[in-house]
Amino acid sequence: MIRLEGLSRTYSTARGAVTAVDNVSLEVDDGETCVLLGPSGCGKTTTLRMINRLVLPTSGKIFIAGRDTDGVDPVQLRRGIGYVIQQIGLFPNMTVAENIGVVPRLLGWSLAKSRRRAEELLALLALEPAQFLGRYPNELSGGQAQRIGVARALAVDPPVLLMDEPFAALDPINRESIQDEFLRMQKTLRKTILFVSHDIDEAVKMADRIAIFRAGRLAQFGPPDELLARPADDFVASFVGRDRTLKRLRLIRVRDVMISPTDGVGASGPSVSPDDDLRSVAALFLEHDVESIRCIDDTGRVVGRVSRAAVAARLKSELAR
Amino acid sequence: METLLFILHNLPAIGERTLEHISIVGVAVGIAILTGVPIGIAITQSQRVADTVLYLGSIMITIPSIALFGVLIPILSKIGHGIGWLPAVIAAMLYAQLPIIRNTYTAIRNVDPALRSAATGMGMSAMQRLLRVEIPIALPVILAGVRIAVVLNIGVTAIAAYIGAGGLGTFISRGISQTDIRQLITGALALGLLAIAADYLLLRLQRRLTPKGLAVRDA
Repeated sequence: MIRLEGLSRTYSTARGAVTAVDNVSLEVDDGETCVLLGPSGCGKTTTLRMINRLVLPTSGKIFIAGRDTDGVDPVQLRRGIGYVIQQIGLFPNMTVAENIGVVPRLLGWSLAKSRRRAEELLALLALEPAQFLGRYPNELSGGQAQRIGVARALAVDPPVLLMDEPFAALDPINRESIQDEFLRMQKTLRKTILFVSHDIDEAVKMADRIAIFRAGRLAQFGPPDELLARPADDFVASFVGRDRTLKRLRLIRVRDVMISPTDGVGASGPSVSPDDDLRSVAALFLEHDVESIRCIDDTGRVVGRVSRAAVAARLKSELAR
Repeated sequence: METLLFILHNLPAIGERTLEHISIVGVAVGIAILTGVPIGIAITQSQRVADTVLYLGSIMITIPSIALFGVLIPILSKIGHGIGWLPAVIAAMLYAQLPIIRNTYTAIRNVDPALRSAATGMGMSAMQRLLRVEIPIALPVILAGVRIAVVLNIGVTAIAAYIGAGGLGTFISRGISQTDIRQLITGALALGLLAIAADYLLLRLQRRLTPKGLAVRDA
């Protein structure tokens, strides 16, 4: 678990003191992904960099697994925290294998062991080890490089990952696919992740909890659906956007609102999979003049139906919760 | 023809002068690397110190070498080395400082801040970051500075013949005083070849020591 307590950071500038982060407190449970979200200059990156002590807090405390990080040697602390940055930061003088092996080697692993680990991680990220281990960063595409960046952060299997806009520099298609891969990996890895983003869609997709920042302060902290359904103030409401109801739809799976039996649904017409989110259902309702849509599983069997009324009711109930 | 015969008859002497020349340049640049690279790295910590050091280095390099030898004579006479090998090495070493310090400083400063941030964030100490990331990336530019220093010093050392340091400049100084065109041409030719050869060999070394991932590739 990561706990921030009254964390503040002020900088003295020529025009007086500037508060970059102002009394931020929040808690992230083990295995959860918390997205720090907000416009640029809102203090989200500074908050992240205080956790691995690249920036020292002016006041406040940070606890990782119950331990005050103030008492830990920063170099040792950082070796136990995975760190991914937007610019990727692969060392151009090192091969992929050497880049992934940086922290293992710092911790005194043998060359063979760190190489085996690099192979394992490449396989996990769907990159052919034999093809990539010996490459240099200038021989990688942007998406490949960022995958290696993630692999490098996971090298010694740290329980905590800090990710500073890791996918922001990628094109939309690459970004989607690396986000999906990352979510799939996170399902089994269960890392405790702090993830900086300025993109509400990315935040809704990746987060268990979202901490939305405004001018150094925490504007709202809660699960994505709560932010979307009940924004705490006008700032949060405008940041999440007027289409927040549509964004909420992507958080809900068809299987959560689907009902059986299947009577009242014809054998033809549109269909969805139980694993789809409600956005695709809403789209189908807009395209077709039907009251309910069939749900078909992987084997092609009709397993239920989802109705307009059920979708509307679900959105209301989430609101009331 | 006459010159050619002179060269053929004096090959052993030319070889000896060349070795003298190389010993002066080699020792001077060696010391300059051992001092200039750490200085170049150290001054990246403070803009003000860096400006001062680089300014002093630029002044140093504008002093004509013959004037510098003149200044060194009374100083080094106190330890009995007013002329000869020692002042030549000291002068060459001083001239070599600027290109080496400036290139080291620029190369280290130009390392992408994101790399520095990544290195520190992953848990490298400042020294580990310097040795594993910054210096390897800066190496090609540092070596380019060494190349400039070597070529510059081959010229400076030629003048050092006037203070009895030996080297290939001896042919030129004698050629002038004895109005002997054969010695003049021999000295000039040998110096030119030495400078070109040194530059070429150092370029090869620079390419070899450039980390593979930084080398410019043919597509």
